[in-house]
Amino acid sequence: MTEIFEYEFMRNALAAGLLVSVACGVIGTFVVLNRMVFVSAGIAHAAYGGIGLGYFAGFNPVLGAVGFSVAAALGMGAIERAARQRTDTVIGVIWAAGMALGILLIDLTEGYKADLMGYLFGSILAVPTFDLWIMLGLDVVIVALAVLYYKELLAISFDENFARIQNVPVDRLYLILMCMVGLTVVMMMRVVGLILVIALLTIPPAIGALFTRDMRKTMILASFLGMIFTTIGLLVSFAFDLTSGAAIILVSAVAYLAALVIRSQGRAPS
Amino acid sequence: MTEASPPVVEMDGVGAGYDSELVLENVTLKIASGDFVGIIGPNGGGKTTLIRVILGILQPERGTVRVFGRPVTEVRATVGYVPQILEFDRAFPIRAIDVVRMGRLGRRGLRSAYNKADNEVVDRVMEETGMVDHANRLFGELSGGQRQRALIARALAVEPELLVLDEPTANVDPSLQGGIYDLLAELNESVTILMVTHDLGVVSAHVKSVGCLNRTLHYHGGIHIPEGVLEETFGCSVDFITHGTPHRVFPKHMKGQGS
Repeated sequence: MTEIFEYEFMRNALAAGLLVSVACGVIGTFVVLNRMVFVSAGIAHAAYGGIGLGYFAGFNPVLGAVGFSVAAALGMGAIERAARQRTDTVIGVIWAAGMALGILLIDLTEGYKADLMGYLFGSILAVPTFDLWIMLGLDVVIVALAVLYYKELLAISFDENFARIQNVPVDRLYLILMCMVGLTVVMMMRVVGLILVIALLTIPPAIGALFTRDMRKTMILASFLGMIFTTIGLLVSFAFDLTSGAAIILVSAVAYLAALVIRSQGRAPS
Repeated sequence: MTEASPPVVEMDGVGAGYDSELVLENVTLKIASGDFVGIIGPNGGGKTTLIRVILGILQPERGTVRVFGRPVTEVRATVGYVPQILEFDRAFPIRAIDVVRMGRLGRRGLRSAYNKADNEVVDRVMEETGMVDHANRLFGELSGGQRQRALIARALAVEPELLVLDEPTANVDPSLQGGIYDLLAELNESVTILMVTHDLGVVSAHVKSVGCLNRTLHYHGGIHIPEGVLEETFGCSVDFITHGTPHRVFPKHMKGQGS
């Protein structure tokens, strides 16, 4: 199987999987511990509106996705903060409306729409080297934020009220976090596609939380798990000629089930 | 009351609630330094809302709230808050000591790590609350009593001048509740304490002042509750609530008779 490293696209694919796993491990841990899974899935789907806008208006659809996902993240974040009830309905509507807008804009666009499926289901085998640098940059920003604001982010995730009383700028940090979720979602779009983003964002941290007693370790473990899942998924998809995004997600899901079984047998977290 | 020592908490005509529905109405409350105030009331009577208003988490619709004579947002970093343990996700990957360290957040600015002084305070409060042996255990795997102690330790790590507790013995094994109150009595020697609970029995045995809260607050300082106020507060016979000791609700020998 070593011949796969001879292809540049395969080397780039593996590198993309590793880079995305770092952002996933850190941001995904916040998403899982803050119960933002539904919101994050909504952000991912709403981002499709940006893809459509990019096609329609003739600019890079990834830029459209960035704009839409960050806007959706901030909007949903603000709604969740302000309202007390029924936020899931509003989020569900933004989720579907964003997606529908994207579909209609693409309908209205003339001509051949080449890599449309790639945005929905991932196109890890077509990651240009330039994108790897962008992923690396985002990883650096995310890890730096997580290190600098670790104690505040931990406090907000565990007990927001207490953090607020201790004069932590809860709302500002929360919105920064939402922006990072939006950017991470777009970065992951390359690897597993918008539709499956949520699984790769949440499964590694969910497993990580089962086996750690410290949020920092959860993030580190989740990042490594993500790397393992993307790599195995990629190799499986290459060997059997399967869709790589779906292969990565199924590998992750099987691992999650196994982790739940192991954990229920009562092994203490370390 | 001189200007040099304003009341620890002063609420005047406070109304507060959610979505324009008032949960608290016209609440007036003055807590002096060194007091141990227990506010009792039925579930849904506004006890947690009262705490949220005092801590500045919820803005009152009307009336004024002052803590140490200042707007609460200016001084709340010196308030130790102990929430209900039921509010926490027991699967959260966090050790007891990391929870306690959060009490030092207000002392450190953003982007600066906890320092040696912080660790000394944390060690001291872990000692005071008997949590040293459990420091590295997962918070969610501690017993109810231990989790409560960890949260009290966290509030103490603030080095507070006011301790605010929300149902400190809810979900704590009855045999361990006494220990929690003994700890609070000890702490009360140096800190003013405000506690809300629905548990009549424990309040009577441990606090210095009692108030009854059900939308409106009956509070006159001291342990005496006028006839009829309890019935009115709980909306049913106190006889039922205290298991047949209706006329001995507040004299001092009630330990262990709580509901």
